[in-house]
Amino acid sequence: MAKDGELDFITTRFEDAINFARKNSLFPLPFGTSCCGIELMSTLASGYDMARFGAEVVRFSPRQSDLLIVAGIVNLKMAPVLRNIYDQMADPKWVISMGACASSGGIFNVYSVTQGIDTVIPVDVYVPGCPPAPEGLLNALLRLEDRIAKGETHSQRRERARKEIQKEGVK
Amino acid sequence: MDIRTPVPTIYGHFHEKYGPTWAEHTNALKESFGDAIEAILMPVESPVDMPTIFVKKDKAHELLSELKNKYSYSFLTDMTATDELEDEESEKEGIRFHLVFHLMNIESKIRIRIKIKLKDAEKIPTFIEIWPGTNWAEREIFDMFGVHFEGHPDLRRILMDMRWEGHPLRKDYPLRGYQIFLTPEPLDPELLK
Amino acid sequence: MSDTKFKNDVPLDIARWGFPGKFDVTVKQDSDDLFEDSKMLVNIGPTHPAMHGAFRCMAKLNGETIEKSYCEFGYTHRAKEKLGENRTFHQFVVYTDRLNYCSSLINNVTYAMAVERMMGIQVPDRAVWIRMMCAEIARVIDHLICVGINAVDLGAFSYFLYGYNQRERAYTLIEKLCGARLTTSYTRIGGLMSDAPEGWEKEVKDWVKETRAVIAEMDKLLTENRIWLNRTKEVAVFNKEQCLQYSFTGPNARAAGVNIDLRRDQPSMFYDKVEFDVPIAQVGDVFDRYYVRVEEIKQSLNIINQCADRLKPGAIWAEDKRTRIPEKDAVYNTMEGLIHHFKFFMNGFDVPKGEAYTSFEAANGELGFYIVSKGGPKAHRMRIRGPSFWHYQGLDPMIKGEYIGDLVAALGSINVIAGELDR
Repeated sequence: MAKDGELDFITTRFEDAINFARKNSLFPLPFGTSCCGIELMSTLASGYDMARFGAEVVRFSPRQSDLLIVAGIVNLKMAPVLRNIYDQMADPKWVISMGACASSGGIFNVYSVTQGIDTVIPVDVYVPGCPPAPEGLLNALLRLEDRIAKGETHSQRRERARKEIQKEGVK
Repeated sequence: MDIRTPVPTIYGHFHEKYGPTWAEHTNALKESFGDAIEAILMPVESPVDMPTIFVKKDKAHELLSELKNKYSYSFLTDMTATDELEDEESEKEGIRFHLVFHLMNIESKIRIRIKIKLKDAEKIPTFIEIWPGTNWAEREIFDMFGVHFEGHPDLRRILMDMRWEGHPLRKDYPLRGYQIFLTPEPLDPELLK
Repeated sequence: MSDTKFKNDVPLDIARWGFPGKFDVTVKQDSDDLFEDSKMLVNIGPTHPAMHGAFRCMAKLNGETIEKSYCEFGYTHRAKEKLGENRTFHQFVVYTDRLNYCSSLINNVTYAMAVERMMGIQVPDRAVWIRMMCAEIARVIDHLICVGINAVDLGAFSYFLYGYNQRERAYTLIEKLCGARLTTSYTRIGGLMSDAPEGWEKEVKDWVKETRAVIAEMDKLLTENRIWLNRTKEVAVFNKEQCLQYSFTGPNARAAGVNIDLRRDQPSMFYDKVEFDVPIAQVGDVFDRYYVRVEEIKQSLNIINQCADRLKPGAIWAEDKRTRIPEKDAVYNTMEGLIHHFKFFMNGFDVPKGEAYTSFEAANGELGFYIVSKGGPKAHRMRIRGPSFWHYQGLDPMIKGEYIGDLVAALGSINVIAGELDR
């Protein structure tokens, strides 16, 4: 609680309420490029059913989605495209980097491959595995939901910093 | 075990089956093309799995179209290239690339391999009139090795970004020679005219 | 900004959107193209949901008809050919998984065959039968996903779920073999990673029985559906001559009447000892490509059953000492075993000088490995002939003159896989 009491207290509770709503209604954008895209399909299909965790509505348009699941390789030709898509998404937005290729380049340390998409966009949750099993992706989704509830994600931190700057000005 | 031992899983298998036909075809080609054929490697005698014909660049198109029309090797399975830098024999001759064609007889399913030796920065006419499917294969070879095909309608890079420098599959290109671009590759509306 | 003013003499709409000043639409009376200027350029991809991965297609439309198009790819290029020259033959096994990732087992098997052929290694019978079963299971699940996704693109979502459920069950079988679901890395040069567990073939047979029932159900669900027929019959036709010109292989070529199947024509492994038919269609439209795949699934299930019957206990490793991975017992307990282990994994084994092109009928068509060896543990050239490369090339002539909506049907039906296309 801050010095000016009541108002701040209400704001934080309100943010909690918003975060609760946000975390349970994620709209994923599947950016599936290669092998991990197939496992992402498994997660969405009837066997694992990602809809159980509130991420049911898959949207292929960056304007309509708030969770970018980067599944698979992003090479140097694709990296600017990924950046474009990330920039097109409306705040708040979250990123899951699925698989070794997206997280670090994996076994492909070669001339054409980005060594991790975190060189291009900020990533909230990394999923290890080549490709990760659907359980891994579901776990990542739950972890992301926890972090959204706590307000720890990149997007929320940016938002808080922006608000602080608006309030106090740049020091 | 020697590489040429005829057990079903290695080169001897197809040689036993198709050996006479291969000999017939290669002899006929030798007669009709003479000096244009530099060498013919046959399985068992040399470590190849199918007859490999080295043909001179000038007569290559003629040979390929004759193989296609007369001997009905009408199916182009694969077209690729190899970089022969650091190879002693090629270095003596001043050869840099081998252009490799894998052809298949669509009726009897026999295969044959044609090779063309190329020097560095040497150009070769396109094969698009013989097989339209070589269009992208030639673009890939251009992209990966830097072999220029004269008369190709659309010789651009195919796998790499069009702003890429160098040719990745050359032996002197480093494995980790990254090149980073900040904007997506532009598309050319001119190509649709 | 403020000095930009709209002209009063042009219509309001044009002024608002900043169209060029010279803007006249001439209507040609005697032409089919009523609106010559209304031709539109549409960019589809690289992340469009209908493009199944990362392809890009740019089309010039006249109304809804595609007049001309050109396709771009390379958005998942991972330099596997370059890696083949920089990794030992043993290390390269894992990279073959990522070629056609819908059916990695076939890639593993083909690669192992290619290197074994160059080294003159003969694999024991049990390993070959298991490899054949693996290849056919992979073919079934690849076709299931292909027809399923093709149907999803055209609006039949539940059809996909039937197929995908069966695919999940196949994953369980594959997990029992090697512990992985998708990228299996199951074969080794000269053998297999591990033996099939006891009773595995019985489970496979149960799965075959189930899958037969599911395929029959899927067949009923979609094949005679009128909407499906309207969307697929006579759409995106690619005839026999074009198939030969563009080097089409596999189900796509067979759909157009090209009688070619490498399992039958160039029998590798024990394919000459099993009975199966090669389904062939005549027209070469989307429906034929779909139905050839469905029929092939049934044939593959037959082959799996025959293989499971003939699977007998025995060795899974070739007797050749060069490629034999040392037993863990020896590695942990003896000095020689440890040295052998290190030598094997650090230096690899030498493949004799020579070159070979080994091909196998993969799920999409002819998958070939052209390996040139100069006598070391690494290849001099590792060329991978992926069928999708040639199929995708045929897309431009295939969709010329079709509706833009049918582009999706055509692309789904030729089953282009990005991993194999870009390599």
